[in-house]
Amino acid sequence: MADLTTYFFGIKSPNPFWLASAPPTDKEYNVVRAFKAGWGGVVWKTLGDGDPVVNVNGPRYGAIHGKDRQLLGLNNIELITDRPLEVNLREIKQVKRDWPDRALVVSLMVPCEEQNWIDILKAVEDTEADGVELNFGCPHGMSERGMGSAVGQVPEYIEMVTRWVKKHSRMPCIVKLTPNITDIRKPAQAAKAGGADAVSLINTINSIVSVDLDAMSPAPMVDGKGAHGGYCGPAVKPIALNMVAEIARDPETHGLPISGIGGVTTWRDAAEFMALGAGSVQVCTAAMTYGFKVVEDMIEGLSDWMDEKGYTSVDQVVGRAVPNASDWQHLNLNYIAKAKIDQDLCIQCGRCHIACEDTSHQAITNMVDGARKFEVIDEECVGCNLCVNVCPVENCITMEQMAPGTVDPRTNKVVEEKYANWTTHPNNPMAVPEAAE
Amino acid sequence: MTQTKAGPDIAAGRLPQEAYAENFSDLHPLLEPHEAQVEADRCYFCYDAPCMQACPTSIDIPQFIRQISTGNPTGSAKTIFDQNILGGMCARVCPTETLCEQVCVREVAEGKPVQIGQLQRYATDHYMAENETQPYQRAASTGKKIAVVGAGPAGLACAHRLAMHGHDVTLFDAREKAGGLNEFGIASYKSVDNFAAREVEFVLSIGGIDLKTGTRLGDNLNLADLRASYDAVFLGIGLGGVNALGLNDEDKGGSLDAVDYIANLRQAHDLGKLPVGRRVVVIGGGMTAVDIAVQTKLLGADDVTIAYRRGQDRMNASEYEQHLAQTNGVKIMTWAQPKALVAANGSVTGIELERTQDQDGSLTGTGETVTLEADMVFKAIGQTLVDTDLGGALTLEKGRIVVDADRKTSLDDVWAGGDCVAGGEDLTVAAVEDGKIAAEAINAALSA
Repeated sequence: MADLTTYFFGIKSPNPFWLASAPPTDKEYNVVRAFKAGWGGVVWKTLGDGDPVVNVNGPRYGAIHGKDRQLLGLNNIELITDRPLEVNLREIKQVKRDWPDRALVVSLMVPCEEQNWIDILKAVEDTEADGVELNFGCPHGMSERGMGSAVGQVPEYIEMVTRWVKKHSRMPCIVKLTPNITDIRKPAQAAKAGGADAVSLINTINSIVSVDLDAMSPAPMVDGKGAHGGYCGPAVKPIALNMVAEIARDPETHGLPISGIGGVTTWRDAAEFMALGAGSVQVCTAAMTYGFKVVEDMIEGLSDWMDEKGYTSVDQVVGRAVPNASDWQHLNLNYIAKAKIDQDLCIQCGRCHIACEDTSHQAITNMVDGARKFEVIDEECVGCNLCVNVCPVENCITMEQMAPGTVDPRTNKVVEEKYANWTTHPNNPMAVPEAAE
Repeated sequence: MTQTKAGPDIAAGRLPQEAYAENFSDLHPLLEPHEAQVEADRCYFCYDAPCMQACPTSIDIPQFIRQISTGNPTGSAKTIFDQNILGGMCARVCPTETLCEQVCVREVAEGKPVQIGQLQRYATDHYMAENETQPYQRAASTGKKIAVVGAGPAGLACAHRLAMHGHDVTLFDAREKAGGLNEFGIASYKSVDNFAAREVEFVLSIGGIDLKTGTRLGDNLNLADLRASYDAVFLGIGLGGVNALGLNDEDKGGSLDAVDYIANLRQAHDLGKLPVGRRVVVIGGGMTAVDIAVQTKLLGADDVTIAYRRGQDRMNASEYEQHLAQTNGVKIMTWAQPKALVAANGSVTGIELERTQDQDGSLTGTGETVTLEADMVFKAIGQTLVDTDLGGALTLEKGRIVVDADRKTSLDDVWAGGDCVAGGEDLTVAAVEDGKIAAEAINAALSA
């Protein structure tokens, strides 16, 4: 059985599944339940200094649901912990003492004054927690006070605060990044420059989940008004994967440990984050939807998959897909594929036809010899994959590569074996003579 | 089974009072909103959808299901009513398993079609609960007068569409209550809570339709007078006669027409007062046979048998209906045809059946017989058009009125639809389509 033990730049946990800093990690009670359920680590809900923050007492969450109430996306307007600092610190210390084999990282957010950071770091060090995570991501409430994503959106601030943290503490430091920024590589570079040991991402995305059309207010609605919140859950996973990959691929940050966050719901999601460079993953929405038990199959599923693939440790998975995460300009323009419909699997719903006919390339029939039949017209098919995506039957439509040497009936050109991309294409005014893969 | 009681055992109140309500409750209760959402989401919104092709009234099924899915059940109902103003009843009685749901791509793919009938009911029930009247406005009055004879599904659909076009319609019906087979023929558990009557009211709410009940073609109404007084006539008169077995003792007590008994059952205020035999034999293999068999069983008959002269695969009742009969404890005896009624003291006591076989495509008796004891024998072997009611003015074929694609009869100013026309499917939904097509044809003819 694969060894899931995770060494995230020195923070050890029995598996890579951590609970993200959020309501599930706000109290000893919840965290102990999580550890009992099998979670490898937690990032304790963000501590602040001074008087505890105050949360709204109306709804704090809004959601996007599928038709059977599958929770696809969750949004929240909850702030950092609203419990007294001393209580949190006492509980953190106790939990770490009782669960020494689990990762316990403490999320922090205090004003951008060096002294505030010195003070809180000292208090956290006393708990013997494994490390700190700097919350530069929270997009609501705290950002209005110059913290959270207000810091995360300014790389100079990230670097400055990270530097303070490394200067005044021996603890490992993870910088949590906000996705509410144009280029995620910049804050990651800043974190690294400041001495961060790792980054974690993504924090939640600015969002309004819905509008109450009777009250004419964004939801969740607090006494007739709504504010934007932070979006998370399965819906944000693609955004998070891209941002993780961007950092993993960037020469300046390549190799910087990443804790992947954003819609991790299953072991497969976790494996995908890991393949794109995440050394651990953090989970929140899945736990908030189903409870802590979901970790059981995350552990089991990841382990079984690794066994099946012959991976014996998580290191062998982490970053494995990064070399294949490329840029458009480096994709092989000589690779030609055509959609193919398996007539035995086709249930004749016609969605491929209407999608192609109305919105794409008119490359799928609806009638052949007077009978309802959906077939790809190779002369028109550009291999776009839309039909594959709209088909309700898995594997009914596949993209088949055309063998080099054959003629593409759409262009009447011979399919070339040689790799060629946009950088050398004659239509590219900036073309160079020879393509590099 | 030997009976100790002398004479036929026909009695009312076989069951505790509360059992009637339970037995005759809604066969398929209305979907809850969440159930409807989930079911609607199963629809693939097919291109040129097979279900729509299979619907005799061509309802845009993917569209109405999508409208349920988007939280617009009112729009969904309008999509249905656009093609079928009796969409509420059709949702209840259509044999969807042989129409839309049979060709649903999910039926083909996984044997589990989208529950189109149930979704249609969800939308139409929603509309009828939320709105006092049907959704259409009448066009400006044309001053044309049209007689629609028969207020069953064909007549109602025709009258509604004609009224929409601004014509003035007089809707005649032989009974004291409109609705036709919807009111008097459908099995009780398919149309609970007086739905048929509520739907008639809904259809008539468009205005411009003058309902005259108790007027019967051949009695106090004749076709020649109608043609003289109206600009056009539509006949949706159904089939007034019932096929007989052609055996001795058919006039004896306990030998009954299924359609009459069902009509009484549908109108009964207290099912506990309806006498039913302890042992019942039903002759026939269609929907009516299943309806009478199941309902007598639900009224407390001990032993109900449907006897059909061919194999189960040849029964006109759909497979679903056959299962419904069997799960309600009705026995289906195939390859058996009636040979003689057994009677004593003025009542039937049983029926002698002859075993049959298929010999090179023709049905023959084997000579072997079996006698079933019975307190009631129901005939459900089809209904007939009483052509004398028509005064011999119309061309008939196999005892039904011949119509063209526009549902026009051999007379230029007379149209017909529903069960009384030749080549029909004897389905509520087909009758609605006939009425709709005829109305459009009449409108076109009168506007020319």
